[in-house]
Amino acid sequence: MPSTFFTEPPHWRWLIVLYFFIGGLAGGCYFLAALIDLFGRITDRPLARLGYRIAFPAVVVCGVLLIVDLGRPERFWHMLLQSETWRPMFKSYSPMSFGAWGLLLFGLFAFLSFLGALGPDANRDGLGRLRPPALLGTVIAILGGLAGFFLASYTGVLLAVTNRPIWADTTLLGLLFVVSSASTSIALLLLLGSGRVFLIGGLRALQRFDIGVLVLELIAIVAVIASLGSVARVWLDVWGVLLVVGVIGLGIVVPALLHLRAHAPTALSARAAALLVLVGGFLLRIVIVLSSEAV
Amino acid sequence: MAEPMGFYTDTTVCIGCKACEVACKEWNQLPATNGGRNTLSGDSYDNTRRLDGIHWRHVKFIEQFNADRSQGRWLMMSDVCKHCVRAGCLEVCPTGAIIRTEFDTVVIQSDVCNGCRDCIAGCPFGVIDINPVSGTAQKCTLCYDRMRAGMEPACAKACPTDSINFGPIRQLKEMAERRVGQLKQGGESRAYLYGADDKIVGGLNSFYLLVDKPEVYGLPADPRLPSRNLKPSSLWATVGAALIGIMGVISFRSRGRDHA
Repeated sequence: MPSTFFTEPPHWRWLIVLYFFIGGLAGGCYFLAALIDLFGRITDRPLARLGYRIAFPAVVVCGVLLIVDLGRPERFWHMLLQSETWRPMFKSYSPMSFGAWGLLLFGLFAFLSFLGALGPDANRDGLGRLRPPALLGTVIAILGGLAGFFLASYTGVLLAVTNRPIWADTTLLGLLFVVSSASTSIALLLLLGSGRVFLIGGLRALQRFDIGVLVLELIAIVAVIASLGSVARVWLDVWGVLLVVGVIGLGIVVPALLHLRAHAPTALSARAAALLVLVGGFLLRIVIVLSSEAV
Repeated sequence: MAEPMGFYTDTTVCIGCKACEVACKEWNQLPATNGGRNTLSGDSYDNTRRLDGIHWRHVKFIEQFNADRSQGRWLMMSDVCKHCVRAGCLEVCPTGAIIRTEFDTVVIQSDVCNGCRDCIAGCPFGVIDINPVSGTAQKCTLCYDRMRAGMEPACAKACPTDSINFGPIRQLKEMAERRVGQLKQGGESRAYLYGADDKIVGGLNSFYLLVDKPEVYGLPADPRLPSRNLKPSSLWATVGAALIGIMGVISFRSRGRDHA
């Protein structure tokens, strides 16, 4: 029996599942917004604004979820400051310590970009300087995008750096989570932007992007299962059904086919695809977190 | 630093009296029941069942019987935190609540811990859990307060058969090796030490004399540190992020056919 089966679960349940999902959306939406601002067309900028407007509230929700989940919520700041000396508390080899600082840093960039996204897209003065193409905005978008990637992926690394079954039996959860955060964030932007016909160009690019990301996500899930080896037998029950039917079937394969068939990203089938991707992304986190908790 | 101190538990002389469990609870003022609930296992004399936030010592009753129960034996083992030389809990703790003491033991500072529970997932032995009274992660401190006062831990003091031995690790290892030799001379060829050398997470400052495979006692044969996955996992996550980034740039750059 693998050594991970001699350990105890940390009672990370629904709040953590929600955090992983919303954190993925926060990081992913910010990355997409930065990508659109830096590489998209001027007509795509409302989509980027949407991304910034999602990222900051989402990261605030993330912070609240994490604090509420603590056994002693009033001591949340012990993650950042040493309680005795008030010096910074940072352990580069502890993903949770790294993650606490990453979340704070991402929150800062998300807040600045959120401010920048409050005004009209064409505004290059005042708060508009917090968004590309202004130099300050470009720097914020690049650093914030990288922090967004970190937020989307470190949770998978955090799970791997434990001794629990499934989580510590593969090193691919960080990769899977970052890909899934991209697919769910694209889906959210597609869904919220689909009512605006004038965004059709950007939405079409997002749709193309989503099909590629869904294929990558499918490959990542298969790779995770293969890397688990005999441990994957844990999923030969309701978790496996949820993974195959819910995550792979309804959350990846069906949406990819719907995207391919949809004549436009604003079509009903494209919206349905986006909704399914979001549901699949949430189910993925449920399966990964709770199936190990159940062992 | 003072000389490394620890436990050597000779499971062959444990009689399952649970005096260690009681002494631990009394000294450390741990609640007798979990939230006021008394729970029985229903299939064993072992009603403690596992180590957790309110059970820092646990006497395991391993019942090995054949189908008709005509033949069998009881293996008993007083389990506790292993105070690993390279501790998984200490590695992952994000608050600095888990420290290594001057006795080379591993202690959770309850006034610093914020109950994030990462250490529970990081411990290779399933030792740590939340104490519902404090809301923090707790485990054996090897009676740090008693050691500071020059006293032996409460469990070792209470053990009536000297199954639990406390002292400097160097001396304990000599004692344990002599005992293994004695058992082998007496015909118990299966006797061996678990965690006395540095092969298991750098060595265990609470090590055991066992007479069956580690798994039989609920111990992993090959416990590992959580940090083993840090570099490869981070690397794969970076590869994923890079792929997404490249795909994103291509999606927004190659829009020749788009009219908008």
